[in-house]
This record gives sequence, structure tokens and C-alpha cells, in this order.
Amino acid sequence: MKWSAVPYVAFKALRRNAMRTLLTALGIIIGVAAVITMVGLGQGASSEVKEQVNRLGQNVVLVFPGERSLGGVSIGGGSANTLTAADSRALQEEIPEVIAASPEVRSQRVIVYGNQNWHTRIYGQSADYLQIRQWPIESGDMFTEEDIERASLVAVVGQTIIDELFEGSDPIGETIRVRGLPLTVIGVLSTKGMSLMGSVQDDIVIVPYTTAFQRISGRSHAMVINVQIYDEGSMDIARHKITDLLRERHRLASYQENDFTVQTQEEVARAATETSRIMTWLLASIAGISLFVGGIGIMNVMLVSVTERTREIGLRLAVGARAQDVLMQFLIESVILCLLGGIGGILLGMFATEAIASYAGWPALFSTEAMIAAVSVSAAVGLFFGFYPAWKASRLDPIIALRSE
Amino acid sequence: MSIVQLTGITRTYRTGSRPVEALRGIDFEVNKGEFAAIMGASGSGKSTLMNILGCLDRPSSGRYLLRGEDVSTFPRERLAAVRNRMLGFVFQAFHLLPRTTALENVELPLIYREDELNWNEIHKRAMEALQTVGLGDRAEHSPNELSGGQKQRVAIARALVSHPSLLLADEPTGNLDSRTSLEIIEIFQKLNREGLTILMVTHEPDIAHFAGRTIKLRDGLVQSDKPGMQLSATDELAGWQDESESFRYGIDE
Repeated sequence: MKWSAVPYVAFKALRRNAMRTLLTALGIIIGVAAVITMVGLGQGASSEVKEQVNRLGQNVVLVFPGERSLGGVSIGGGSANTLTAADSRALQEEIPEVIAASPEVRSQRVIVYGNQNWHTRIYGQSADYLQIRQWPIESGDMFTEEDIERASLVAVVGQTIIDELFEGSDPIGETIRVRGLPLTVIGVLSTKGMSLMGSVQDDIVIVPYTTAFQRISGRSHAMVINVQIYDEGSMDIARHKITDLLRERHRLASYQENDFTVQTQEEVARAATETSRIMTWLLASIAGISLFVGGIGIMNVMLVSVTERTREIGLRLAVGARAQDVLMQFLIESVILCLLGGIGGILLGMFATEAIASYAGWPALFSTEAMIAAVSVSAAVGLFFGFYPAWKASRLDPIIALRSE
Repeated sequence: MSIVQLTGITRTYRTGSRPVEALRGIDFEVNKGEFAAIMGASGSGKSTLMNILGCLDRPSSGRYLLRGEDVSTFPRERLAAVRNRMLGFVFQAFHLLPRTTALENVELPLIYREDELNWNEIHKRAMEALQTVGLGDRAEHSPNELSGGQKQRVAIARALVSHPSLLLADEPTGNLDSRTSLEIIEIFQKLNREGLTILMVTHEPDIAHFAGRTIKLRDGLVQSDKPGMQLSATDELAGWQDESESFRYGIDE
């Protein structure tokens, strides 16, 4: 038969029952929109994670106290008291591949300036911390080794502190108080953005770790040691050396397990990426189910359509249509119905993704692959669910079909 | 030259426990240019015969030569091509596609041709067929905008568009009033004069009288096969003239 007549007849049949076409396509529209939205949000999330890994700083190794499983995402840690500031110094001084190390101790405190106060995190770090994190100073200076030795009452603050406590004015030289302890602001950090775990990294006050240990946190051990390695090629050897050195320092016998864990930033990030990937698949399979249900709707409507048009099929057969022409006619009609749904679904999906992304503040990403996949999947749904009705139509006996009411 | 040659055609349906013999040995021949009416009471087997003649069904035994070819042995695919190129159908119920213009309805058989025509050729041929039945000015009308007689004329145009060897009409006037019936018969007579072979099933003797030959079926056999009265539908219509003035094609009230 003439090929160009097939889509024409299909469109005509679909337009004849415009309302039914719309309602049937709605099943596919919702299914495809769900796929597009889920994949868009999922990909946005994992690309955000990747970007954050790059922002974390390069060739960084984290040493956590206690034994942590590799897949463990919890960064809270710090319950075991096995890492000391001396460990950190030893890593930097005794391992040539380690170019900087910073023992970290965090405390949640209220800081006061004038009549303003703000609840924030106070980090004790070494003078090298900003270099490790590749975090530039915007104005003023970072504290020095001398400040560490003297446990000086100085602080470097993040952008959030400027906004919340100083209302945008220059804080350098001003004094903030933490439980009555006066800290002089000597530097302001540049904007960093969100962390892997979704916290605002700019909401931060950094003080010398000696100050943090002795005057603020009351702890004697580091929650984590941030270590910067010379280059990427030295990462593995450095990890081994760190492990050996710490085992020696902690006087662990060969049968004892490590009382610390060495993890690269990539490993931490991978765990986060894995979580978001699993979430994406979970959501995508729910979306797939709705697409399947939409397909069943297509089959149902196509069966109704075949029954309604029995006389038409009989006539087409009588004037010379072959069974395969009828099969093709209904198959194409079902595919077109699904493709219309697919296109509608992409538009709705893009709209929904944008809406969710802007409302919830999640990053969203549209991939052409997801759209091509959505269109092909909806065409496949049309073929799969349209086949049985089309086959049924093609098997009609023209004599009986012509006589039907 | 014989268009149709039937030899010992039988058709047995095996639906229930007992086989039903709808046709029990039909023999007749139809020559080119004939206009024959097939008559018979219901159950006489005329519908079954029409299905076999129309290549919609195959005989249980016997031979059906259509223009010398034994179509009773053809597979389904080839029968579709035979219906498409050699046969034209006119049905009692018109069987026009709803919400589809007269022109598109007439184009339908051309779309299923094995040798594809381009759209210009398809439109041209369909338009010619519509003009043959006097509906050139109704090409863009859909069936629900047409009267019964006009619908049947569109159906005739659809049957003619492939220039068939044989026109099969199954109770073509069954759904029409007597005057419109005459108009349809007039078209058949005109086409027949131009050389078209026509086989028409009817149960109305009045209609059969316009044919050149009447084949009567009874219980699946040919009961009689006689020349018809060959009345002229044009003359008959002239008799109606005094009752109404509106009597040419395309001016249905």
C-alpha cells in the first residue's frame, strides 16, 4: 500500500476521537514526564556531587579515628579518641609525600558580636588548612604557625558570618565572643558554597587548633586529620606510609586492626554518588511502572478502536487491503499515539523538573539521552501494546466485518 | 469473452455438528458486457455466491475462473490484489468511511494498489470516477452531508476507480426509495452500455427487470437462468417527471 497514506489515516483516526486520544496519551505523558523528571533530578544531583569533589581540593586524604567501613557515609565520626595533633605533625614532618596536614576539631557554638548572635560551627585547624582545601582568603590574613604555638585568640570567618553577624560591614579587627572568650577576626574567607552533605560551608569560623582544643571544645583529640599529598601519583604510597606511621605511633601489634581509617575525598564522594545513583534508579523504575500502566491504557483503547472500526476494516480488506496493511495501519496509529504522549511527556517533564528544582533548590540537568530514550521507549510501548489489537484487526474476516453493526 | 466462469462451485460451512451446504454445484458463465441480476429467497445461497464471486471467500470445491485465471486456488494475499484491481464492490449499506470526504472515499482502492500511483494521479482518477457518477461538485463533502442516493453514487465511483473487469453489487438499492433506486439503476445501465460487466444481487423483481439476464438461485442451485426484460431506467424515470421537476444528478431535493 501507499506508505504516505498510513500516518495520514492514523492522525485522522486520532483526531476523530480527540478527547479519547488525549486521555489515552495522558498515561504515556505522565509516564514519560516522570522518567524525564526523575532522571533530570538524579543526574543533576550526581553532577553536583562531582562538582563538589572538584571543589574539595586536590590530592586530599582524610584520616578518621576508629575503624570505618569503606561504604560508610557518616562523616560524624570522632567518637573514637585515637588521633592527636602530634599525629598530624608527625605525618607532615616524617612523610615526604605529605605537604600539609591539619588536625580538625569542630564545635557548635553561639558567637556574639555587639548585640547580634549567631549559631555556627567553629573549626580548629592548622595554618595549612586553607591551602589543603584550596580555599582563598578574600581579605585579611590566615593565622600563622606562631598563632598555633601560642594558641592565639584569632579567627578567620566565612561569608555567612559576615552576612549574619556583621550585616555586611568589614569585620577585620573586630572582636567576636564565644562563651565570653574574645576572638579577633583577622581574615575573611571567599565564598565556597554547599558541601557534599548539603551544609553551607560558608557558615564557619576557623581558629588555630590549639585554641580550639584548649579554649573552646575541651577535647584532646582530632575528629579528622586533613592531609594534602604532593601529587596524584603519590596517593597510594602516601596512604601506605600514613597507615604504617600511625600504626607505629599508636603502638599497634601486627594482629591488631587499625584504630583509624584513611580515605580519599574520591572515596567519600563515591559513596555519596552511589547513594544518589541508587535513588535515581529507584525513582526511574517507579516512573517505568507508570509508563507500563500507560501502555496498558493504549492497548485497551486500541482494542476498542478496532472493535468500533470493524466495518471500516472489512471495507478496506474488500477493496484490496492485505492483512499486513491493516496490521501496519493500527500499529502506526498506536505508535503515533504514544509518540504524541512522549513529546507531551518531555515538555511536562521539563516543566516539572524546572518547577521542582527551583522550588526545592535542587540542581536539575536535562540530558538529550534521556529525551531520546523517552521517545524511543514510548514508541516501543506503542509497538508492544499496539501489536495485539493490530494483529486482531488484521485477522478479521472481511465478510463478517462488513456485516457487523 | 467470458469474464466469470463457474464450474461445480460448492460451499459447505462446518460450523455446527452438521455441515451446511450453502452452494451445491453452481455452473454459469458471464460474458463481457453483460448485466445480470442474481435473485433468490433468503437462504438460497446468493450471499455465499456473492462472497465467492467477490474473492472474499473460496469455494469448497469447483472452479472459479475470473478472466481465465483460476482464482479459487489463490492464497489470501493474491485474492486481495484481485479484489483491488479486477473487482468493484457496491454494498447495500454503502460502507463509506465516516468523516472522510467523498473524494478520499473514492481514492481508497488506489491506496492499496501494488504498483503505487503518485498522489496527483490518485486525486485525478478519483475525481474522474466521481464525475462519471455526476458528483464532481460533491468531492469535498463527507457522507453525512450526502443523501442516500448520493452516498451510493460515491460508492459506485469507488468501485469504478480501479477500472475493474467486474462490478459486483449486493442489493445496491436495498436502502433507497424507489425513485433513487431507479437513478442508481440508470447509472448501472449507462456503465453497462459503456462495456462494464455487472453482477447484481437483488430480491426485488422490479429491480431485476432492468437487467439483461436473471439468474435465480434456490437451495444452493441455479433454478433458472433467463434473459431479463431489459427495461430502461431512463424511460421509467421520465414517467416520474410530472411529479417532480428536480431530476438530474446532484439535485437531490
